[in-house]
Amino acid sequence: MVPVSYRVASRRRETHDSWTLELEPAGDAAVEPFAPGQFAMLYSFGKGEVPISVSALPLVHTIRAVGVVSAALCDARKGDVLGVRGPFGTSWPVEAAEGADVVVLTGGIGLAPLRPVVHHLLANRERYGRVIVLYGGRSPEELLYAAELERWRGRFDVEVHVAVDQAAAGWHGRVGVVTTLVPRADFDPDHTVAMICGPEVMMRFAVAALQERGVPAEAIFVSLERSMKCAIRLCGHCQLGPEFICHDGPVFSWDRVEPLLRVREL
Amino acid sequence: MQTIDELLADIDVFQGLSDEHLDLIAGCALNRSFAAGDRLLTENEQANTFFAIRHGTVALETYVPQRGGVTIETLHGGDVLGWSWLFPPYRTMFDARALGVVRTISFDGACLRQKCDEDPPLGYELMKRFAEVMVERLQATRLRLLDVYGQVPGR
Repeated sequence: MVPVSYRVASRRRETHDSWTLELEPAGDAAVEPFAPGQFAMLYSFGKGEVPISVSALPLVHTIRAVGVVSAALCDARKGDVLGVRGPFGTSWPVEAAEGADVVVLTGGIGLAPLRPVVHHLLANRERYGRVIVLYGGRSPEELLYAAELERWRGRFDVEVHVAVDQAAAGWHGRVGVVTTLVPRADFDPDHTVAMICGPEVMMRFAVAALQERGVPAEAIFVSLERSMKCAIRLCGHCQLGPEFICHDGPVFSWDRVEPLLRVREL
Repeated sequence: MQTIDELLADIDVFQGLSDEHLDLIAGCALNRSFAAGDRLLTENEQANTFFAIRHGTVALETYVPQRGGVTIETLHGGDVLGWSWLFPPYRTMFDARALGVVRTISFDGACLRQKCDEDPPLGYELMKRFAEVMVERLQATRLRLLDVYGQVPGR
């Protein structure tokens, strides 16, 4: 699995610690097309490799600088060359969700892996029922894709609700945790597919809120995060019981992973 | 035009109450509207009033020195605003400000406390319902204490 060379075509700051990089092949070689939810191993030469979900197609990544490698990736400038391996992992069930209401529920950097889903839903709007995007962040300054959220909200065929934990007095949006958006969102629980991405604790409470509304576990999908190294089901770093997150996930239905997530030792 | 009794029946916290109890509560209630920027409650004042928000958004705020006003939470149509009227010393903890046009049913807390004292089944019902609201808000606050969005992802 040799990384393919990709050049940074553009770089945009999202928040104080997050950047979006658009990549294009640096030569003739290219990776296979990605599907929403899949991830790449991005290589910063001389620093190392980390798994990063695709945040738009064909190959856009939004990265939060949390370690040496991710900070180096965030620091990459237009024209710099990075290594790319992938695509890896399972994707969000966008085809299976056709005909149903779709709830996209996410927090913080978790919007990045779900952004291609929203792009897909909006590009194929007639294939879906109600589309609801529920997004939570620490503060208005830490929301990803603020301009894009505004555009989505401006459409008449999608419901977008944003909540932040803290805000200065001038903020006119909602202040509260993202799960409080669920009880009043307008969807039919019997005909809904929910896709959730964010820190695991947030997802657990988000699932509880959706289940309280009556959404069955098999219609709820989450993207799990574990330390990934090889991304090809070999090293076991990302194992959750019998599941290799890099290969069997990262997207799982809740009924499949819920019993494993209940085991605290895993 | 709907009567106060009819409006009360649409508010979550009062749903399922008997007509008799709704009548008693309606006797302490009146319709009130607020413009953007109006204060519904002011921190550290006598808590004589609470609201059922029918429409609009209300920000619960406090002032933090050297930081300015901070919004702690926003409340929306269907939410109840204020529970300091229930417990001594009956003083409000935060400011509440309308973020746009807000339509409410406003309640005289002292009037309702007296009716609850005189009619324990009503008092018990209301206490149960407000306890549920408080637990929901407590759980949401606990989640926010976890700073869930700030967690460092493994991917």
